[in-house]
Amino acid sequence: MTSQVSSPTEQADEPVLAEQRTPGGAKDVRRLDRVIIRFAGDSGDGMQLTGDRFTSETASFGNDLSTLPNFPAEIRAPAGTLPGVSSFQLHFADHDILTPGDAPNVLVAMNPAALKANIADLPRGAEIIVNTDEFTKRALQKVGYEASPLEDGSLDGYSLHPVPLTTLTVEALKEFELSRKEAERSKNMFALGLLSWMYHRPTEGTERFLRAKFAKKPDIAAANIAAFRAGWNFGETTEDFAVSYEVAPAATAFPPGLYRNISGNLALAYGLISASRQADLPLYLGSYPITPASDILHELSRHKNFGVRTFQAEDEIAGIGAALGAAFGGSLAVTTTSGPGVALKSETIGLAVSMELPLLVVDIQRGGPSTGLPTKTEQADLLQAMYGRNGEAPVPVVAPRTPADCFDAALEAARIALTYRTPVFLLSDGYLANGSEPWRVPDLEELPDLRTRFASGPNHTLADGTEVFWPYKRDPLTLARPWAVPGTPGLEHRIGGIEKQDGTGNISYDPANHDLMVRTRQAKIDGIEVPDLAVDDPDGARTLVLGWGSTYGPITAAVRRLRAAGVSIAQAHLRHLNPFPANLGAVLAGYDKVVVPEMNLGQLALLIRAKYLVDAHSYNQVNGMPFKAEQLATALKEAIDD
Amino acid sequence: MTDAGTGLLHLVPKAEAKQSMKDFKSDQEVRWCPGCGDYAILAAVQGFMPELGLARENIVFVSGIGCSSRFPYYLNTYGMHSIHGRAPAIATGLATSRRDLSVWVVTGDGDALSIGGNHLIHALRRNVNLKILLFNNRIYGLTKGQYSPTSEVGKITKSTPMGSLDAPFNPVSLAIGAEASFVARTIDSDRKHLTEVLRAAADHPGTALVEIYQNCNIFNDGAFDALKDRERAQDALIRLEHGQPIRFGADGARGVVRDRRTGDLEVVEVTPENEAEILVHDAHTASPTTAFALSRLADPDTLHHTPIGVFRSVVRPVYDTAMADQLETAVEQQGKGDLAGLLAGGDTWTVG
Repeated sequence: MTSQVSSPTEQADEPVLAEQRTPGGAKDVRRLDRVIIRFAGDSGDGMQLTGDRFTSETASFGNDLSTLPNFPAEIRAPAGTLPGVSSFQLHFADHDILTPGDAPNVLVAMNPAALKANIADLPRGAEIIVNTDEFTKRALQKVGYEASPLEDGSLDGYSLHPVPLTTLTVEALKEFELSRKEAERSKNMFALGLLSWMYHRPTEGTERFLRAKFAKKPDIAAANIAAFRAGWNFGETTEDFAVSYEVAPAATAFPPGLYRNISGNLALAYGLISASRQADLPLYLGSYPITPASDILHELSRHKNFGVRTFQAEDEIAGIGAALGAAFGGSLAVTTTSGPGVALKSETIGLAVSMELPLLVVDIQRGGPSTGLPTKTEQADLLQAMYGRNGEAPVPVVAPRTPADCFDAALEAARIALTYRTPVFLLSDGYLANGSEPWRVPDLEELPDLRTRFASGPNHTLADGTEVFWPYKRDPLTLARPWAVPGTPGLEHRIGGIEKQDGTGNISYDPANHDLMVRTRQAKIDGIEVPDLAVDDPDGARTLVLGWGSTYGPITAAVRRLRAAGVSIAQAHLRHLNPFPANLGAVLAGYDKVVVPEMNLGQLALLIRAKYLVDAHSYNQVNGMPFKAEQLATALKEAIDD
Repeated sequence: MTDAGTGLLHLVPKAEAKQSMKDFKSDQEVRWCPGCGDYAILAAVQGFMPELGLARENIVFVSGIGCSSRFPYYLNTYGMHSIHGRAPAIATGLATSRRDLSVWVVTGDGDALSIGGNHLIHALRRNVNLKILLFNNRIYGLTKGQYSPTSEVGKITKSTPMGSLDAPFNPVSLAIGAEASFVARTIDSDRKHLTEVLRAAADHPGTALVEIYQNCNIFNDGAFDALKDRERAQDALIRLEHGQPIRFGADGARGVVRDRRTGDLEVVEVTPENEAEILVHDAHTASPTTAFALSRLADPDTLHHTPIGVFRSVVRPVYDTAMADQLETAVEQQGKGDLAGLLAGGDTWTVG
């Protein structure tokens, strides 16, 4: 949950120990305000599933949470190697939190590679649970350990829990008729059970999930549940785990309502379905599979009973082409992709600009250029979205700030597309797409009214009194042209990518007309009504930190840290990148310094500097990972002091 | 030659009043070069459309880029002049979302077979309910005379002063290879034949590809004279008619037979001894083998033994019909979409 109100208190890196008790003389139970856990293992070890399940348990318990899945692009990199390590980090708390956390308090390492790849992120004193069965000589050598780190003292500064997870799992499943290999595969559920015991997570949801997932293989379902329970019981009985922890529900962090945990891509898909309902238009998705956007295609294809048509095209160009064809026919049309796909779609986006039809272009940004880092996050498509087309081809740009916000951002992008008859970029990224957080499920009455009107008759009278339909006669307020869909008698017209005469829409090569049309298309986008930029500045700071998109969580967490340390800093976060909010210039002028952190080399900073002549200070990171709050706080402090 | 009654035209609303050719002419001045074969095709299409009796507002022409792609501007229907090569993709979105429309694609040899080759073959294999008119003049006209993917090898053009190097596509062979359910070829100057082929294509359920040999009198004049000159055409042109023996030449003196050894087709002089062996054209046979073999009879250089007419017309599942069926099935199985239920699905908890 990312409340927009900044909290006066700061969360330190170390969890706060609130109380300690020893019920009935058994094991200690300690109360923490927050915990960061990282599950790490081989790509085939099921770490993403384990993380997802722990997240669901945590969400249903009522904690605030934020997640960071991190996995290689290879489906199955060579087993036991560093490139094959897949991890899932979860931050949960009894209060409002903003990021998946900088440094894990607990690492679950399923093999030596997972330990080696993640140990550098762990603060001294962190708990490490390792699967000792995988720490064989060969496995150690594979990742360059000369001696076992479990025995050479290199982990002395940590609280190490060596657990033979594989052996224990196989032992727990010996009554099932499974091969050893099959039994071993349940070791992630054993680990999940152990962690669920350690943090007092509810278990019913996971057991229900396993029964449903393996409904057709009841033996496998039963084995996984047995492994899960064995893990729990192991924690309960073994002396190595003397303490368990409670993190109370984040009761005060959430406004009243019904909540669920949601990832950015799921929220975005739901936003599109909701926009379709609110616009009373059928949803049409033309798409080509690409990481990290494919989940939206998968999700929408499951909801055909909402009248959703999903078309998996032969390529990125056909994906947007089909969407544009559907837009011409009166659908709420969407194409989903990532950066390389946007490059291929550019010409069709230009056609949509020229034909002035509503179209949503969803770009789940990833590391670039070219194929880049398919499974890692980046914000480096902003300038591509702004300018990546031939000619003057302005396109509105909307960016969600958190996973749950992808829902609202999709509705907002649809509003702009439908109202102004234009393609709109929705710029999410890999971090938002795969990360998750609690989301208050909205009542349908809260959703915006997106209904639009198709043209139904003539809109112009010629000098001789004849009533005609002019496809490029504009609404004087929005400058939008009429949307006249095939099947409407009397409005037959032809549109295309050649320059059109103002009003009639007929082909025109007239120089003055082209100048007018170029300026009019720009004026239409410039005139889009967007809300003013809100500034959070409780104590009259002289420095403003300005962000956009998924950096909201880390920036806000960094700002809280600074304020808790007595440093004044103002914060504003852009949802609309084109056009900018009308008050942005005035906001920027009100500060001595403007700092713009971005996961690129300064793309928003470039736009700000160009448009407002502000000496914006850029702070950049392009390592495929979101900013860490502590690092950002340090950078902001340095900028303030500079 | 027609497959009346098998198509999906019943989904398209009918015109209330009788239409004439004039109803399909737009108010735009036609701007092709004088003498261009496109004029004849336009006249044939405008003349044929009233015969379908469809509500004009439910007809859409989508084109790409090239001389032929100006076509939609001259028809008083809905139309889109899109971008190079992408018309089949755009038309696919329109046809799959609006089954009440009759959607036509107008394209050329460069548009469909070079830059748009990918979209063409995928439209054909999907069998979307589209009618694709491929104007083949074997040259790039709009960019002023470079060789095209259907030009003969050795073609001397501005971009190939020593002759082109690449072997041409045979559009009919390509379409059959791409699983097309309807493939035909006709000629711009033969209005009657062109109209017959359009008639067959219009009612075909699924993607229909019609290759139209079209003369570019500026950059490739006379490219199809071998098929147009009455005398020369006698030995060059093979008119395919479903259910009829494939014979051509003066008094049907020549015919097509199957070589028993290779299974391939060959042209023979018809004699009383071999007359019974002359191949009877079957456009509806499920196997594409013979249709493909027919498409290979023509010599790409001389155009001798060029079949025209409907090579293949078979009924197989139509993509947009199947898509609509899935939507209906989803409603039957899951009920009509309940948004509140969807949003509140999964594991939820209540605060406050």
